[in-house]
Amino acid sequence: MPRLKALLIAIALVTPSLRVRADEWLEFRGVGGASRVQEGSLPVELSAADIRWSVDLPGRGLSGVLVVGDRAFVTTSEGPTQDRLHLVCLSTSTGKILWDRQVWATGRTMCHPKTSVAAPTPCSDGKRVYAIFSSNDLVCFDLDGNLQWLRGITYDYPNVSNSLGMSSSLLVTADTVIVPVENDSESYSLGIDASTGENRWRLDRPKGANWTSPVILEPGLVALQSKKGIDAIRAADGSTAWSYTEGADTVSSSALADGVLYVPSNGITALTLDPADPAKQPTQAWRENTLSPATASCVVAGDALYTINGAGVLTAGDRETGKRRWQLRLQGPYSGTPVTDGKHLWAVNEAGLVQVVELGAKEGKVVATLDLGDEILCSPAAADGALYLRSNTKLHKIGR
Amino acid sequence: MVSFQSFLTGCCAVASMLVRVSLVVCGAVAVASPVTDSLPAILAVDHEGKGNAAAAKAWGVIASADPSALPDILAGMDGANPLAANWLRAAVDAVVTKSGGNAKLPVDSLVRFLGETKHDPRARRLAFDLVKGADPDRADKLLDGMVEDPSVELRRDAVAKVIARAESLKTAEKKEEALAAYQQAFSASRNVEQIQALATAIRDLGGTVDLTRHFGFLRNWQIVGPFDNTEGKGFAAVYPPEERLDLTAALDGKEGKVSWQPVETGDEYGIVNVNLSYPPPAPPADAKPAEGPKEGLKGVIAYAVTEFVSAEDRPAEIRLGSKNAWKIWLNGSPVFEREEYHRGMEIDQYRMPVTLRKGPNTILIKICQDEQRRPWTTEWEFQLRVCDEVGTAIHPAATPASNAK
Repeated sequence: MPRLKALLIAIALVTPSLRVRADEWLEFRGVGGASRVQEGSLPVELSAADIRWSVDLPGRGLSGVLVVGDRAFVTTSEGPTQDRLHLVCLSTSTGKILWDRQVWATGRTMCHPKTSVAAPTPCSDGKRVYAIFSSNDLVCFDLDGNLQWLRGITYDYPNVSNSLGMSSSLLVTADTVIVPVENDSESYSLGIDASTGENRWRLDRPKGANWTSPVILEPGLVALQSKKGIDAIRAADGSTAWSYTEGADTVSSSALADGVLYVPSNGITALTLDPADPAKQPTQAWRENTLSPATASCVVAGDALYTINGAGVLTAGDRETGKRRWQLRLQGPYSGTPVTDGKHLWAVNEAGLVQVVELGAKEGKVVATLDLGDEILCSPAAADGALYLRSNTKLHKIGR
Repeated sequence: MVSFQSFLTGCCAVASMLVRVSLVVCGAVAVASPVTDSLPAILAVDHEGKGNAAAAKAWGVIASADPSALPDILAGMDGANPLAANWLRAAVDAVVTKSGGNAKLPVDSLVRFLGETKHDPRARRLAFDLVKGADPDRADKLLDGMVEDPSVELRRDAVAKVIARAESLKTAEKKEEALAAYQQAFSASRNVEQIQALATAIRDLGGTVDLTRHFGFLRNWQIVGPFDNTEGKGFAAVYPPEERLDLTAALDGKEGKVSWQPVETGDEYGIVNVNLSYPPPAPPADAKPAEGPKEGLKGVIAYAVTEFVSAEDRPAEIRLGSKNAWKIWLNGSPVFEREEYHRGMEIDQYRMPVTLRKGPNTILIKICQDEQRRPWTTEWEFQLRVCDEVGTAIHPAATPASNAK
């Protein structure tokens, strides 16, 4: 498999836009959904002193945090029917809330009590922040809190909803916001003009509850995941570049790293993109059914990928072959996806216990823990040497 | 089918027009300002991003306004469609933030706005929140007159104060007075969780409540089935009750002839359990244990119909809860439909604005059961009530003969 390794390096060199950026976290699970940070950028030895600040949030939620420059963004919902929807901007240095903008839900807010109307993670292109809620209300603000546009996707298409709650996160690429609102009934994904909020396209998608989030394969090309598999969609016009049709999970999402898309399909299936043209049909590198993730998505760094199953067992797999390397039982359960720098992995369970795992070639070992004592269901954001974790009541910054 | 979307679109278009007209009519007394000049662009936003670009420019003007303009911004929400209201909602936040906080808010003007119940309920609630931020004691006192407020949220908070008083009386062992206060709160409340908690409190003190009547759940139905829903195809299929309602006819069902039967649910939340009407056949004595649940049929459809006698022509809402796929018709016209199975059910899960006509109104529901065999896929049921937009039950003016017990 040396050829694959050489290919990964080559792809990493020719796709600078997909490289890890240390100072920002612009979408769910970071660049490519791989939950990667630069090696050594996050603190390994954790103690309460590493909690830089904890700030009360105006409402509940489990969406992830964005970090854009010196600002963090997070969504919440509140009110008797959770129909008050917030996008909150905070200073990353102090945690002070710089601005808080509300809209009312125009779609249904019913959801399972474990989730929230503020479940999907927003995204940013560095100029604007795009946020969606389980009610399918979609808003776009600039970084200073000026409303650019808004939409009510269920207001437009009244059967777009899921009575358990929607959670698919947004992406923005090629000036198009990718809006997956796939469900049992009126099931769509939309490409929306990032400047105006108008539809560029609206795709009929497989009918079925779908809580997964898309992945940017290259600028202007995204992978939409459903129970049927993966569809690579051109952001400009919604046309399909290629499809993988061997099924995929509807909870945990795919991750892209160095030109390989790791799909939660029959365990994990690795699809190698054409380095010259990712819009061409990928080739299957391997499939490994012992790597099945549960709610948390797989993470990728170094020469390994990692999944966590429903019992809280962390499994390391070889990126070249998919073969299982080792397993380590962590204290679960997990809803959020961990982050990794290839040497360590930061996993946060639902009870708010941060566990730092040293990732060896033959074994993993928990080397530090930090108990936040706060229910954490989100996937952490990591930027500029710090982790950002939100609960139903607070946002915590841990690290530098 | 006249869709729910079309219905809402029509309502909102009319409402937006009325707002524009009212701005013109009021122009003689209202002072033209950058805010009022910018409102039309906001009110013009519509489905699929229509009007967003112009609204963004207008929003910048409104969001830069002095806090004294807040009542005008709030008034702009009167009759606005939900998207336009949200543009204005976010502008209020921006104005308050730029003003440096609550200290500079025009509290007296906001209190006056709040007191005018003609304004949009959510705008009034927002005005209340602004007042509360600036002067919590004054806001708290205002709640005392709001137990019957058209804003569900203001009413909820006002009722919460009555509940607090009831609990103090209960703690002081003034049982009769506590019960009276709880009853007052129950009568006024339109919030589901609050109503349920109050029912418990009243019953704990030996009082009685009629939850079915309070909500306005419809208990008496005529039901027919099962029809075939193998592979979910029955949802789109048109069975005889959709074409012609004849409660005396024998119809071709999934397993033979079927006929309409009266059903009266005893559930106080009005849940009609269709499984009770169509229990699965008993298995042979030597049969192996079935893999799936035994409580009900799978891959089937039933229809339920009731007559609702309205005292007048009036707007109303049909509110439904169901974890099955369903379609609803009012007086033969489709109202809404939803093809989703076993994702959850709650009171008022779906709210459908309708217009009742004076006299008998026929409400027909198609309730579909799929073929999943998991413990959470057994239910085949619905609960339906008729109320106004606040959630106050509308009771039928008479019980039609077809619904008689």
